[in-house]
Amino acid sequence: MRYAMAVDTRKCVGCSDCVVACQTENNVPIGFCRDWIVEVTNGTYPQLEMELRSERCNQCVNAPCVRCCPTGASHIVDGGIVLVTHNECIGCGACMASCPYDARYPHPDGYVDKCTFCIHRIKNGLSPACVAVCPTKCLYFGDLHDPNSEVSVVLKKRKSKTLIPEAGTDPQLYFLI
Amino acid sequence: MTSRRDFIRITAMGAGVLVAGTAAYKVIKSLSSPEEVKKLVVDLKRTPTYCEVCFWKCAGWVYKTSEGKIWKIIGNDEDPNCNGRFCPRGTGGVGMYYDESRLKTPLIRVEERGKQVFREASWDEALELVSVKMKEVSAKYGPESMALFTHGSGSAYLSTLLKAFGSANIAEPSYAQCRGPRDEAFTATFGEEVYSPEITDIRDTKCLVLIGSHIGENMHNGQVQEMSDAIDKGATIITVDPRFSTAAAKSKFWLPIKPSTDMALLLSWIHEIIYNDFYDKKYVEKYCSGFDKLKEHVKDFTPEWAYGITTINPELIRKAAKEMADASPAVIVHPGRHVTWYGDDTQRIRAVAILNALLGSWGRRGGFYRPAKFELASYPIPAFKAPAKTWLDAFPGKYPIASLPVSNALIDASIPENKPEYQIKGWIVNGTNLISTIPNTANTLKAIQNLDLIVAIDTMPMEITGWADVVLPECTYLERYDALRAGPHRKPSLALRMPATEPLNDTRSDYWIARELSKKLGLVSYFPFEKQEDLLDWQLKKAGTSLDEMQKIGVKIFEREADDLYFAENEDVEFFTDSGKIELYSAYFEGAGFDPLPRYVAHDEPADGYYRLIYGRAPMHTFSRTANNPNLTDLMDENSVWINPKVAKEWGLKTDQYIWLKNQDNVMSDFQVKVRVTERIRWDSVYIVHGFGHAQKQMQRCFGRGVSDTQMITKVLVDPLMGGTGMRSNFVTFVTEKTEQEVVS
Amino acid sequence: MEEELIVSGRMNQMIDPHLHIWHWQISLYLFLGGMAAGILAIAALYFIRGRENDYKTAVRITPFIAPFLLVIGLLALFIDLRHKLFFWQLYTNIKLQSPMSWGAWTLMVITPVSFVWCALHIKDIFPNWDWKYKWLYDLEAFFNKYKKALAWVMLIYAIILGIYTGILLSAFNARPLWNTSILGPLFLASGLSAGAAATLVLSKDSKERKQFARIDLVLIGIELFLIIHMFMGFLASTQVQIEAAQLFLGGQYTMSFWIFVVILGMLIPALLEIMELGKFHIPVVIPAVLVIFGSLMLRFIIVYAGQVSRWLY
Repeated sequence: MRYAMAVDTRKCVGCSDCVVACQTENNVPIGFCRDWIVEVTNGTYPQLEMELRSERCNQCVNAPCVRCCPTGASHIVDGGIVLVTHNECIGCGACMASCPYDARYPHPDGYVDKCTFCIHRIKNGLSPACVAVCPTKCLYFGDLHDPNSEVSVVLKKRKSKTLIPEAGTDPQLYFLI
Repeated sequence: MTSRRDFIRITAMGAGVLVAGTAAYKVIKSLSSPEEVKKLVVDLKRTPTYCEVCFWKCAGWVYKTSEGKIWKIIGNDEDPNCNGRFCPRGTGGVGMYYDESRLKTPLIRVEERGKQVFREASWDEALELVSVKMKEVSAKYGPESMALFTHGSGSAYLSTLLKAFGSANIAEPSYAQCRGPRDEAFTATFGEEVYSPEITDIRDTKCLVLIGSHIGENMHNGQVQEMSDAIDKGATIITVDPRFSTAAAKSKFWLPIKPSTDMALLLSWIHEIIYNDFYDKKYVEKYCSGFDKLKEHVKDFTPEWAYGITTINPELIRKAAKEMADASPAVIVHPGRHVTWYGDDTQRIRAVAILNALLGSWGRRGGFYRPAKFELASYPIPAFKAPAKTWLDAFPGKYPIASLPVSNALIDASIPENKPEYQIKGWIVNGTNLISTIPNTANTLKAIQNLDLIVAIDTMPMEITGWADVVLPECTYLERYDALRAGPHRKPSLALRMPATEPLNDTRSDYWIARELSKKLGLVSYFPFEKQEDLLDWQLKKAGTSLDEMQKIGVKIFEREADDLYFAENEDVEFFTDSGKIELYSAYFEGAGFDPLPRYVAHDEPADGYYRLIYGRAPMHTFSRTANNPNLTDLMDENSVWINPKVAKEWGLKTDQYIWLKNQDNVMSDFQVKVRVTERIRWDSVYIVHGFGHAQKQMQRCFGRGVSDTQMITKVLVDPLMGGTGMRSNFVTFVTEKTEQEVVS
Repeated sequence: MEEELIVSGRMNQMIDPHLHIWHWQISLYLFLGGMAAGILAIAALYFIRGRENDYKTAVRITPFIAPFLLVIGLLALFIDLRHKLFFWQLYTNIKLQSPMSWGAWTLMVITPVSFVWCALHIKDIFPNWDWKYKWLYDLEAFFNKYKKALAWVMLIYAIILGIYTGILLSAFNARPLWNTSILGPLFLASGLSAGAAATLVLSKDSKERKQFARIDLVLIGIELFLIIHMFMGFLASTQVQIEAAQLFLGGQYTMSFWIFVVILGMLIPALLEIMELGKFHIPVVIPAVLVIFGSLMLRFIIVYAGQVSRWLY
């Protein structure tokens, strides 16, 4: 099993619903977030193009955060999801320093927190909160090893890219372009 | 687990003796380590609601934690407005409940108006004061001297109260400050308005034309969803906007128009479509009247003519017109929503309506569908006495085609200098922050100073509550029942809102407030049910369901009476216009003394060093009402002023620098605003998101953050047809240093 | 114009607008650990080479600073942890790929070793020292018997500690400025240099002082070579590393790096030491303190600047 997410940059309007939905679903404290929206504009008026991306942890195959973690609190579970065990985390910050996507943040309670692909939901047959709420349906989630999963199908059909693949982390958050 | 392998490797390397013990410990721990998967804590007693953060009123479910705390709000899958997906504001609605700045108890003003010195009062005392004052106003000036400004669900009961009291002066700013011109223009053309949610069949359209409408940034949920579906299906989007909006970024054609010249573009499109025979001939022949007059009227409005006015390349105008024609009739020239721009807005939207008629999109798949609405039974209450005077009598002859009360006319009628035929002396303001909503704040404040009574009913201490004599704290939509939602859609539907939890503090629902006030005014016969649930249950039983059932399902969908979502082939359609046809040429407007066909009129342009102030929406905020919502301010806590890099260079402005804005009337913004240097805005304009720059200190999170566009809008171009307040004719300049900072209110 | 921004208002504490999770604690710890490593490595090396009597200060006296440095460093490290109560989790795992895990275990070894080393030489400082209990005397005798083995352990772990302080940072490829293998040798050289400087201050033997001035000179030479090498590597690398190098070549850390680290921390002390060796009389404290100061600044500047350097946005 290999969970992955694809974000359709053509449909995303950057409304940030994924961000609030994640915050409420996962009780992310106000002032922090596990996902966010990036807007990139290129060109000179009026020859312009713009890309909107809903970003979060890339659940890297070659996850530097897991590598750097001195206690094993950061680990990869079945399906390739990178998780942090709260009571094994010492809050040293190594994982945050090692993440090229700045996807982790220190929870006020001390441990480091990040996107879990809403593992508590997917284990119960639901999609992650951000995917379920997105009004533009621009987020696709599923198992890459299953050729019929939503994410496999859309990645086969459309051109996609990942963010900073040159960092060598093998990210699993795809952006449809 | 890697610890075992590590252990072996480490020992082999002789790195330490201590390992043995700890590795053993690790093995034991891993055996007993808890699975990362939390058990889903679902309170089975989720409660239905429909959202009140904006007017789209999406139906959803409120989930609570097992401790009974409101956890999250999720869309109801059955709901046609949201299809199970709330927008960020709806999802962040929990913040409205948790906002610690909320109004907590009734307040009675103790010092002069606007000083914001209040004392806490009991409900009985506050309502007693209101009723005594209302009676005084009524005795002195007549009951029609009371006016109600309202926005949102509370209006249902407060309107009943005011009508029972004897006044029909009930205004929603959504008419004259927002969609009024659109509704009047479409009614004049098609005999019917476009409703809310709009009856635009975006889901199935092949071409969506957005004129200054930024779907995606205005998060009208169902529309955004359908636009996304349309993109998936390969629909073309054409956007007309001086700003590279989100929608523009998703468009095949973006027409970066010079602001205030939209009418010229529309006329040239009409010209193109008529003179290239792009229009739907059969449709126009069968359903429309006045085509020849229109054709003659637009004869000279070529794309080249429009180029000189709009700065849009004529080829681009032609290509866009061809694109629309190719998609016809599955094309929508979107009527827009906030269309009060330049004072000729009804006429401009008439041009939009005409364009749709020529393309044959009204009543067609991918164009505009026929809405269906569930007609709820109303419980028999005594008939309202016809008021002696209505708002129209204050200024006879003004705004002849306005079909709803004009909020700014009521405000003008509250100022003696304006010499109204009769004066408005008392306001009840519910859920609308008039200071941020109505342009020309000074005028609004002047009106307030001339009132005998101003009551504010709100959840938050907004600017307007600071000016009130009596502040009545209402509870949020998560803590109350409200009227059933029965808005129009493809199928008739009903949605229930019920309290998820007890009201926080000493707050009450609008129903309770209206009814308690009705008791004190001797009007309780208009509120026969003591408990709102009983009224809802009575209505629902008449609808073939019950409160009990609705509490379980939240939304009920009914079938249409007939299969008539779109016009049938060759269907004879009777339009609700005077002629029974789609009126391309409006005899109605002509009769009222206005242009029967839309005409381009040039508008003021900014002076040197000034830039047209364009304002708009951010997807995570609803006007100014969400400005203090903790979840939503977390996404956006201030606005920024968008400035083209060329302009920024000229002024030496840098991104993230704070500046003040000053408008053409030398009004300086109370607060500073962050500069955003971006190519996304034209060089002759600046853009800010509406709803920031709050001067109300009690809103701890948003006070002083950003700049208020309303404060900068002192020049208002009033639409002579229906009273809409054109607000896009204000120009601002940049002030980098200000000697003394003065904060109003 | 290209514009890239986070529009959902993200302001995760210590992450936005740029990473700033590590502050003085980490910088101080890296410095103290490096200096302790330098002191202990030099002491062990000279002991093993049988030069104990030539360089008494370096072998017997200076190491007394090391346990203090290590304890203060550990304390700083502990203060830096945000989930302090779970610090012991460091010692329930060996994570080969995590430099921090290496560091934790290394400290676990070298800190007691440094205490033992001091205990063996306590009579050099307090001639009348009395261990009071017999078993302590026995223990002292035991370690004295295996002092050479102890010295080897100390040497190896000191070098690991010295390199690790650099590797800790260079393992983070997300921070292009840190992501260079030069940091390990550079921090080791800097730690050794600070260690030598400590002996320079403490030693009263002019022969020993001269030797350590010479060592310091060589180390400063090595450091300068490594720094030049580091910049060559950066500038010949990818865009992100070129941008990282720009932080010191015109960017926001240019002044502090070149003035505090290179000029005050290396060039001036080198010059002063050359003058000292050339018979000019210069208070030895000045170059030594400058070297230690430069070594401290190096850690501070690299730690802070590294957090500014990034891949995104």
